[in-house]
Amino acid sequence: MMKIKKLNKFFGELHVLKDIDLEIKRGEVIVIIGASGCGKSTLLRCLNFLEIFDSGEIWIKGEKIDPKKDNLNKVRENVGMVFQRFNLFPHKTAIENVAEALIHVKKYEKEEAFKIAKKLLEKVKLLERANNYPSQLSGGEMQRVAIARVLAMKPDIMLIDEPTSSLDPELIDEVLQTMKSLANEGVTMLVVTHEMGFAREMADRVIVMDGGKIIEEGSPDEIFDRPEKERTREFLSKIL
Amino acid sequence: MICNFFRLSKNKILNYITYIYLAVIRGTPLIVQIFIFYYGIVNIIVLSPFWAGVAALSIHNGAYITEIFRGAIQSIDRGQMEAARSLGMTYFLAMRRIILPQAFKRSIPPLGNQFIIGLKDSSLVAYVTLMDLWGTGMNIAYNSFKVLETYIVVGLYYLVLVLFFSYFVNKVEKKLEVDIKK
Repeated sequence: MMKIKKLNKFFGELHVLKDIDLEIKRGEVIVIIGASGCGKSTLLRCLNFLEIFDSGEIWIKGEKIDPKKDNLNKVRENVGMVFQRFNLFPHKTAIENVAEALIHVKKYEKEEAFKIAKKLLEKVKLLERANNYPSQLSGGEMQRVAIARVLAMKPDIMLIDEPTSSLDPELIDEVLQTMKSLANEGVTMLVVTHEMGFAREMADRVIVMDGGKIIEEGSPDEIFDRPEKERTREFLSKIL
Repeated sequence: MICNFFRLSKNKILNYITYIYLAVIRGTPLIVQIFIFYYGIVNIIVLSPFWAGVAALSIHNGAYITEIFRGAIQSIDRGQMEAARSLGMTYFLAMRRIILPQAFKRSIPPLGNQFIIGLKDSSLVAYVTLMDLWGTGMNIAYNSFKVLETYIVVGLYYLVLVLFFSYFVNKVEKKLEVDIKK
């Protein structure tokens, strides 16, 4: 589905991603863990070209993406991103947030777009909040609207960047539940999270990053129960 | 507004043009600009006092308004643009649908402020023989010798205009706030 080869990214002098190799299969749920500043978020941002990588290759559905030549807007339509801080559009209601890109990017009729948006809000269990503005929603509700907004585009893959890190503890679960139901439906996901429960239960593969590199990769059982690298053990002992 | 995109754009030439425009206009007094438009460019084009005044005032206020919009646009969280782009929107679509509506709302208070300043600054056009409120006031004062009374009345007229305008701006602001109900 998506293939990443020898990806490198620099911020000035800082080498944030070092030779990242990763292959994501359709329907796979991959969880990336690692200490903050290890390059997890940057990796996600590179995959949807919010940051342009400096060297390496990204292949999506058998096509090599050239950020200079290809229409990145088209690429981004199929690579959804959920942000840590939701980034809902505050001047639009929940349902308008979901319908916005359907109408203006996919050029759906308004009626059709709102119908789809309604279905998606139902899916994230927020139908009764459809006409509320983001400022009237809780953090958990906002994040679920943000997920619905991405789902509306029917992306091939969803990049989810610390979806629960800015939420109060009691709101985390509703977002994780939403993500679990998506995973069960076969949505391809690349998730950066510190929710080890979610990783253990839902991930097909767990990737451990440190210092801009992938240091270990394996099934949740392998990573959590029998980590090979000292650095992984150290990180897990801090977080669990 | 156009200047605004020039200023924010990465294109160095456009950026530079705007930089010069802002530097020159904000760096020189309005009265000088009005005089240049009326007396200064007669060799190129002769403007009536009215049009000279209009040209000078619009170019002058345009510079300040450009900066107000720039500030408002830059005050919108970067995440808004990122979220819009990540949904496949082009830069201009994201600007039009997501950033500008929010920025415009934020720019209303300083914009209202600038209009009030502009309204009062417009009295300077009297010095190129245009009979606006201030010009007429000066005339009456000279002819009737009731200097204090006339100027107080003129001042009151400006005050009423400004108060009326501020009231209007407040209304607009309230109205837009209802949209988002904090």
